[in-house]
Amino acid sequence: MSEPIVELRDVTKIYRPGANQIHALNMANISIDQGDFVTIMGSSGSGKSTLLNLIGCLDRPTHGTLRINGIDTSTLNDDGLTAIRRDNIGFIFQQFNLIPTLTAQENVEIPMIFARMPLAERHERSLELLTLADLEAEFADHKPNELSGGQQQRVAIARALANDPPILLADEPTGNLDSRTGQNIMKLLSELNTGGTTLIVVTHDKKITEYSNTTIRLQDGEVCDEYCE
Amino acid sequence: MNIVNELQSNMYVQLARRNLTRQTVRTLLAAIGIIIGVIAISSMGILGNSLKLSVSDSIGDIGDTLIVGPAPGEDVITEKQVEQMRKVSGIELIIPVLQSGDKIDYRGGSTFGSTYSLEKEDLQELVEIEHGRFFRPGSTDCVVGSQIATSLELGVGSKIEISDSRMRVVGILKERGLGFDISTDTGVFMSSQMYEKLYPDEDDGYDSIIITVTELDKINEVKTSIEERLNKREEVVNVFAMNTITEGIDEVFRSLSLFLMGIGSISLLVAGVSILNVMLMSTMERTKEIGVMKAVGASRNDILWMFLLEALFLGVGASLIGGVLSFGGGFLVNYLILDDVSYLLAPTNLLYISAGIVFGIITSLIGGMYPAWKASQMRPLDALRHE
Repeated sequence: MSEPIVELRDVTKIYRPGANQIHALNMANISIDQGDFVTIMGSSGSGKSTLLNLIGCLDRPTHGTLRINGIDTSTLNDDGLTAIRRDNIGFIFQQFNLIPTLTAQENVEIPMIFARMPLAERHERSLELLTLADLEAEFADHKPNELSGGQQQRVAIARALANDPPILLADEPTGNLDSRTGQNIMKLLSELNTGGTTLIVVTHDKKITEYSNTTIRLQDGEVCDEYCE
Repeated sequence: MNIVNELQSNMYVQLARRNLTRQTVRTLLAAIGIIIGVIAISSMGILGNSLKLSVSDSIGDIGDTLIVGPAPGEDVITEKQVEQMRKVSGIELIIPVLQSGDKIDYRGGSTFGSTYSLEKEDLQELVEIEHGRFFRPGSTDCVVGSQIATSLELGVGSKIEISDSRMRVVGILKERGLGFDISTDTGVFMSSQMYEKLYPDEDDGYDSIIITVTELDKINEVKTSIEERLNKREEVVNVFAMNTITEGIDEVFRSLSLFLMGIGSISLLVAGVSILNVMLMSTMERTKEIGVMKAVGASRNDILWMFLLEALFLGVGASLIGGVLSFGGGFLVNYLILDDVSYLLAPTNLLYISAGIVFGIITSLIGGMYPAWKASQMRPLDALRHE
């Protein structure tokens, strides 16, 4: 059995260390294997965003060990974390977070640019990824404000896949979409998961858990069993 | 070709270009600031430099000349002293000069000028004839400077009158400009016999001695040995080296140019602050975008370079435009202040334009540094949360 792709051991995140401490996450022990589809559920303030930010290496744990793809992140500096994000993690945001001045294709190219991929390769790969994400080719040169919400999220998914990361992190990927579009996006994501990509989705939409094989429930910063709600 | 392709496909370049064009008006205003700054610096530099060029042109090439005059308390330089000077090595020419000033009349008109007695051979070394010829030794003929010829409307063959003595103008000299040895343009030159006839009461001896040296480097050496030889017991002559004048003029105008450029650089400073402002606003507006870029793998250096390159593009573009327009600015100040634009294209002026361009680029980069650094230091999570 190979080691887990994401591993948290006794991970605690405390905001405002000092008098008014907030334990956003308390002694979390989580292990996610390559190819898993995990949903993280919990009400707002349960710590699910904190967990996502930690796994995404956007934030560091206060205590405990976090391993991504076997690498202990506590020893890494800012640029080290950047490299982990670039090579291992694809982000999908609720707000899509596309860069408004760039076309769909250019948005997909951004992570490849920072990975120093040559121009020709970037062009070709970005078009392939847009096709993979089911965006019609004619929209490749459209700016985000010329695209619908569903189309924007498809561009964002293509961008997340740019550097072929083993992990996809999605924060409420369907939160800003109508239910039909949301369903299509979830179908796309689970197809990617079937292809071998580890998928971690934060949501409070119960329907999404139907697609996943594991659900992690959080309450007041603690990981709890299936019935804690 | 490869470098061009490389540059075009460089993503920093692409991003910088795109970001500059997203707020066209703001970019344009910041660019105008730099353009004005570069024009101001270059034009002021050109003005100072043109002033210097026009003055040194009118002074002429006098650097290798020494002028020996009687020390205070002495009336003249004696023939014996001249003989002593001849023994100094490194001297090319020794030209004894008798000089006075007088009123010159011609057909009812009159002007004042300097009267000189120089040997014909010596005079030929110092001046050039424009019309006519030099006088013969012992004759009552004379040659006159261009300014006297113009103001009295003299031609070759005109008969002028000085102190009731009439003499014939046989030559008119080429204009030479301001000089410290002899005033060529306002001078009347005649033989020693004629000069003696005009001023019979003068003491024996010369008013000044013009000495040129064989090599410019030796000028101070020659000056010292003349002083040692002649002023052994008491000071009887003053030796004045012309290169100290030209050096002094150079120094004064270099300072003037720097001062003028300093005034011009104030506007560049203001432009730098406006770049700082524009870039800082741009980083604030793009906080979220910076967060996204960091999330998908942009390192601190990536972000730093992205913004610095924007500042650099702005700086290079605006400074080059400013450099081109500086020719116009230089033309204008030279026309308005010097009333002479012939020095505009002098090679040294191109130097001042280049300096303006370089300063413009440096200012832009400095203005862009803090915003770029600030953007690179943003924490991705804070930046992503920013609305």
